[in-house]
Amino acid sequence: MKSLFAFISLVYFFHPSIAQDDLLQELITEPIEAPVIATFKGTRVINGQSVETKPGGSLEFIFSHRFGRINEGAYTLWGLDDAFVRLGFEYGITDRLGVGLGRTSVDKSYDAYLRYKIVGQAAGKMPLTITTLGTMNYKTSPKQGDSTTPIDVEDRISYVAQVLVARKFNQNFSLQVNPLLVHRNTVDQAYENNTDFALGLAGRHKITRSLAITGEYIYRLNAKPNSPPDYIRYDAVGFGVDIETGGHVFQLVFTNSLGLIERAVVTETTGNFWDGDIHFGFNITRTFQLTRKR
Amino acid sequence: MVMAFSVLAQKYVLDEGSITFFSEATLENIQAKNTKVTSIFNSTTNEIVFSVPNNQFQFEKKLMQQHFNEKYMESEKYPRSTFSGTLEGFNLSIVGTQHVKAIGKISIHGVTQSVEIPGTAEVRSGNLFMESVFMIKLTDYKIKIPQLLWQNIAEEIEVTVSFTYKSQ
Repeated sequence: MKSLFAFISLVYFFHPSIAQDDLLQELITEPIEAPVIATFKGTRVINGQSVETKPGGSLEFIFSHRFGRINEGAYTLWGLDDAFVRLGFEYGITDRLGVGLGRTSVDKSYDAYLRYKIVGQAAGKMPLTITTLGTMNYKTSPKQGDSTTPIDVEDRISYVAQVLVARKFNQNFSLQVNPLLVHRNTVDQAYENNTDFALGLAGRHKITRSLAITGEYIYRLNAKPNSPPDYIRYDAVGFGVDIETGGHVFQLVFTNSLGLIERAVVTETTGNFWDGDIHFGFNITRTFQLTRKR
Repeated sequence: MVMAFSVLAQKYVLDEGSITFFSEATLENIQAKNTKVTSIFNSTTNEIVFSVPNNQFQFEKKLMQQHFNEKYMESEKYPRSTFSGTLEGFNLSIVGTQHVKAIGKISIHGVTQSVEIPGTAEVRSGNLFMESVFMIKLTDYKIKIPQLLWQNIAEEIEVTVSFTYKSQ
């Protein structure tokens, strides 16, 4: 052993360049603990949520917009005459826990949610990122006086619970599966479920360092068949482009859903994507760092 | 002979160190500090190496930190930046601050360049202190120059190294 050491020392002595490389090897024996970052670019993929949380102390402002149907043609300028808007905020309490608040013009509804990242994907340690999300939704439309039947507060409330599981397979490609349930307190029980189950599938593929294409499909698991025309609903489909510039993320999307919150996306998508009932829209986010380190 | 070698091959291992970089821009100066750096200095051969985990640079804005790792350093692909070389002009027995030069190879973002880094070294109460400030040109390492809104940040960034070694 000692003679081996002497031999190695001699080799070092006469070959300083080998020695340096070897000295460097001494430093880099331990693998770097690397949590996987940016599985998705935003907290939304298209219409649905993503596994991403906001870093602790940062506030995201989300401005989402859907226009009318493109197949309405030139008369409505391919849907651009209509606008459906959600304004929202999401704040990262910690790197794992976030809270969100939003208001959507459709049904004049408010939504509040908590998001918690249970595990984060990390090289060599954890293959997946898993995030849970619980949302409460309150419709303020129609107004009490405008309705022919009395509406209680409970009738306006719905809930969404979901688990999002995602994996970033390489620098460019991420996939996500998210089972979710939507519970609406009051529905027309002849044609609608109080509780709907769905399975969301979403993916992202980066084209350049700042540009990615995304896709999303939300498959309804217990949709009621043979509904009358007014009650026909479809699975929400969407394709989009993510463009990132500094603190902004622009998501340009094409989707058959007007829903800007999960309740509407899962249970109220009235457009048939494959018939061309497609809405153009965008989600714009801006992130502000509110707390300073040091 | 064996004994002589093991005594002579004295190694200094980094006890506390930081690498900071600073970039001046009109809108906002960008600064990040990394205290997870590791380094060894062999006072027999004057060989010096250091290794920096790229994802441990701490920025004030976490989104900026994410962009730094994801878009510019590509830290998942190139997790470390390293230097290996020799310290020229250093004499262990001299008291006080010495002006030295680290000559060797620096690897950042998968690109290796030969460099000469000027700095100071001082032996004090058995510890070895090294300090250096030098510039790095981003394009030398095929790092795309980031934009802040419409404005590019500086092409060259200032790197400050502050190392305290303990002998082993």
